[in-house]
Amino acid sequence: MSSTGASAASSMDKATAHNPAMTTSGASTLRMKVTKLNFYYGKNHALHNVSMDVATNKVTAMIGPSGCGKSTLLRTLNRMHETLRHTRLEGEIALDGVNILTLDVTKLRRMVGMVFQKPNPFPKSIYENVAYGLRINGHKGRLDEAVEKSLRRAALWDEVKDVLHKSAYALSGGQQQRLCIARALAVDPEVLLLDEPCSALDPVNTAKIEELLFELKPTCTLVIVTHNMQQAARVSDSTAFMLNGDLIEFSQTGHMFTTPTDPRTEAYITGRFG
Amino acid sequence: MNFRLVWRKSLNVVMLSLTGLCALLTVSALFFILGYLVWNGGKDLSWNFFTHLPAPVGEEGGGMANAIVGTLKLLFLAALFGVPIGLLGGVYLAEFGGRTVPFLVRYTADLMNGVPSIVIGIFAYAMVVMPMHHFSTLAGGIALGIMVIPTVLRNTESFLRDVPRSLREGSFALGANKWRMVATVVLPAASRGILTGVLLALARVAGETAPLLFTAFGNRYWSPGWMQPTSSLPVIIYTYATGPYEDWHRQAWAAGLVLLGLVLVTNILVRAFLSRGTAYERT
Repeated sequence: MSSTGASAASSMDKATAHNPAMTTSGASTLRMKVTKLNFYYGKNHALHNVSMDVATNKVTAMIGPSGCGKSTLLRTLNRMHETLRHTRLEGEIALDGVNILTLDVTKLRRMVGMVFQKPNPFPKSIYENVAYGLRINGHKGRLDEAVEKSLRRAALWDEVKDVLHKSAYALSGGQQQRLCIARALAVDPEVLLLDEPCSALDPVNTAKIEELLFELKPTCTLVIVTHNMQQAARVSDSTAFMLNGDLIEFSQTGHMFTTPTDPRTEAYITGRFG
Repeated sequence: MNFRLVWRKSLNVVMLSLTGLCALLTVSALFFILGYLVWNGGKDLSWNFFTHLPAPVGEEGGGMANAIVGTLKLLFLAALFGVPIGLLGGVYLAEFGGRTVPFLVRYTADLMNGVPSIVIGIFAYAMVVMPMHHFSTLAGGIALGIMVIPTVLRNTESFLRDVPRSLREGSFALGANKWRMVATVVLPAASRGILTGVLLALARVAGETAPLLFTAFGNRYWSPGWMQPTSSLPVIIYTYATGPYEDWHRQAWAAGLVLLGLVLVTNILVRAFLSRGTAYERT
């Protein structure tokens, strides 16, 4: 595992080499680009020709009624769909200009982290949860510092600094979710995918997570799936509205919530269905 | 009073008492056996029992130190041969297998579980004792090890399958490959159940007599290594209980108590030790 850090770096060099525009204008434009994506669960055609951009260091939200494919789309971004059998993907997803299907999947997931709907801390101590990603990726530096840094970034440090070696299950649901965010941040991902991260939380903890997203934005590109439209409006810079596997509308969040172009988008955000 | 209501209420009372009675019967049978064993075996249990070799026929006293050590050695070998195979096989079934191969393995394991233990003994006799031309601790350990495999395999598989998918995804999402994920998240999360299963399997074979009769055989003296026949608690219980001498019968009771105590103490110790760890939250 000693070479993983170096090889990750070299793949980054390759990424910038493939896309000369990025070297001059900085990384301020596109982090990920989805092009004509079709996705199938067996015979079920779950995503139809979806194309979408994910801007660097911005929050991109995906909204839509249950079963519209927003979580499916999110999971293709770090190829989590490959853990399921009988799935098929057509089209292209690029991370920093490199097709993610050509990357080693473990390397990709280090660059594109994920936080799940229900907090899923490992049955280990708080410390070991955060250190997990570093350990399996052969981290060379000091673990303690990396763990503290990640917990601080996830706004959890002050609450857990005295109980680092207690079980993660001793934490409340909201704290567990922030621990999962810290765990994902520990490997320093470029993109963090959040799959309805607040759906199991109360309003106070939801507010904490949303605040956290703002703090993370300067250092990390965020993609969030939510079925809470107010949340999308509060936290995101751009929003994708999906329906039955189609991307209906994708635009600046302010624009979408005030003047949606598609009548279906308008119907959904005004609460006429969904 | 309403007839139906009375009928329902009395039916409720009858069924409740019936289930309670059966539960009580189960527990009391267990406690009866335990009590009987303590009553009969406790009297002849002394320090000598644990430290001395069996006394020559006709002489009072003596102990079963060699049988106790023999059983421990046999269980060690059984664990050494059986547990790794059962454990890794279980991991394969739960995590890596497709459809056909696991089906076959599972079916075979279940069949193997039903094979009479004496048949396993004959098998070990043919495979180990015959080529070596003598009985040995090794042969006994292999026979018991074979018996441990199916139990450990199926138990490991079922506990691994119980680990929630969300934990696996959490590990995958951090860039773990499949084996890493299994080794660092799934196995630790299921470790308590797996270990309990291993202990139960070992506890079961600790009392097996038939497979040892013509593998480990028996020995009135210390068995110096692994290649010589050895005494063991179940076989010595069998020999002493069916023997013609009164003090042999008493010593058989005592040996029974020691065997039970051995299994019980290991179980309690390991459970106490394991209860300090954390397991995943059930949903």
